[in-house]
Amino acid sequence: MGCAAADVADALRAAAGVVAQHRDELVRLDREIGDGDHGENLTRGFGALVSALDEQVPATPGAVLKLVATTLISKVGGAAGPLYGTAFLRAATSVGDAAELDGQLVATALQAALEGVVARGKAAVGDKTMVDALTPAVAAAQSVASAGGDAAGVLTAAAEAAGQGAESTVPLVARKGRASYLGERSAGHLDPGARSTALLLRALVGGAR
Amino acid sequence: MIGLVVVSHSRALAGGVAELAGQMAPDVRIAPAGGDGSGGLGTDYAAVAEAITAAGASGGVVVLYDLGSAKMVADMAAEEAAGDVLVVDAPLVEGAVAAAVAAQGGADLGGVADAARGAAGGSAAPPDAPESSVDGERAEVVLTNEVGLHARPAALVARSLAGLDAHVVVRFGEERADAASVLALMGLGAPGGATVEVSATGPDAAEAVRRVRDLAARDFDE
Repeated sequence: MGCAAADVADALRAAAGVVAQHRDELVRLDREIGDGDHGENLTRGFGALVSALDEQVPATPGAVLKLVATTLISKVGGAAGPLYGTAFLRAATSVGDAAELDGQLVATALQAALEGVVARGKAAVGDKTMVDALTPAVAAAQSVASAGGDAAGVLTAAAEAAGQGAESTVPLVARKGRASYLGERSAGHLDPGARSTALLLRALVGGAR
Repeated sequence: MIGLVVVSHSRALAGGVAELAGQMAPDVRIAPAGGDGSGGLGTDYAAVAEAITAAGASGGVVVLYDLGSAKMVADMAAEEAAGDVLVVDAPLVEGAVAAAVAAQGGADLGGVADAARGAAGGSAAPPDAPESSVDGERAEVVLTNEVGLHARPAALVARSLAGLDAHVVVRFGEERADAASVLALMGLGAPGGATVEVSATGPDAAEAVRRVRDLAARDFDE
């Protein structure tokens, strides 16, 4: 069984809750190697998203993802706004006007999101960014999807891989973003963008069931 | 005429850069977009999109930015904007000044973008600067104004030469500067009271030298 627009909306409401719950942790991580605004910005953006979804849930999963993109672009400052905004925008385009997302479409959407983030931020694996979480997530998602997994199964695998990918940023020296100004001093810290990507994917799993 | 947008994490910085560049280019639309939209540091997509519209001009808009995420926001807004919008990697202050003067002089989108990008180099004179070519014009010019070839006078010189078919070099001591570049002229550091040598080649060489002499004789309208 796939995810209809209402399921996608529920998953995003869950994501908003997780972001708010981890706001302080993201603030702390970002203070260590960035400008400290990541937790606040994401909380504001997802809060605005919940308000928009409360008004009206768009008709298709793609339209819901498009609403996420436009809301995050206008409400989240810093690098996260354009990066997550581009990710959701590309994901929205990739699923077209499908009425439901199956495992294959979820994997396609994640792949499109990753391509969008890479195009916008010019980061590669190992630069200590959200790309380090999203890249293994896409690989895991595609593997499960091609084995016939459903949306929940694909997202579960993606979330698990993203979590490991985020942890892998700890020893890295940042080469992109504000943390790159710190050079060697950025090593030993979990990247806040990779952490929030992993948190979001894990939160989305609940909505896909 | 090309318009400019200055994107910064700081509202004060964006405003200040726009003010500084505007002083040398009174007719150019320069729109600042600074801060997160609620009084803090950051970048605001809506503000950048609005600034691009506000600076909108027939020939296009050049967007300059300060730090990483400002570029991403500028890129997104440029992709969504109607008309030609170029996001240019350049030093913010020097790039804005050079771009504004180029726009004021009637440069096209590519020319304004190049002026901004070229602003990183400072006072380097072109290697083919005329030395003592036979068809050249030259004159010794005394800077009788108070500040010498400072920002505004340098901008006046560069602007007065825009549109002329002449290659003009200003020499002060051992240093030489392409007179089309405000930053190069300022980089000479020629103070009030100094004497500089103006030399020009090309069909409009005589007119070019005359214009610089006139400006200096009027104390650059100070």
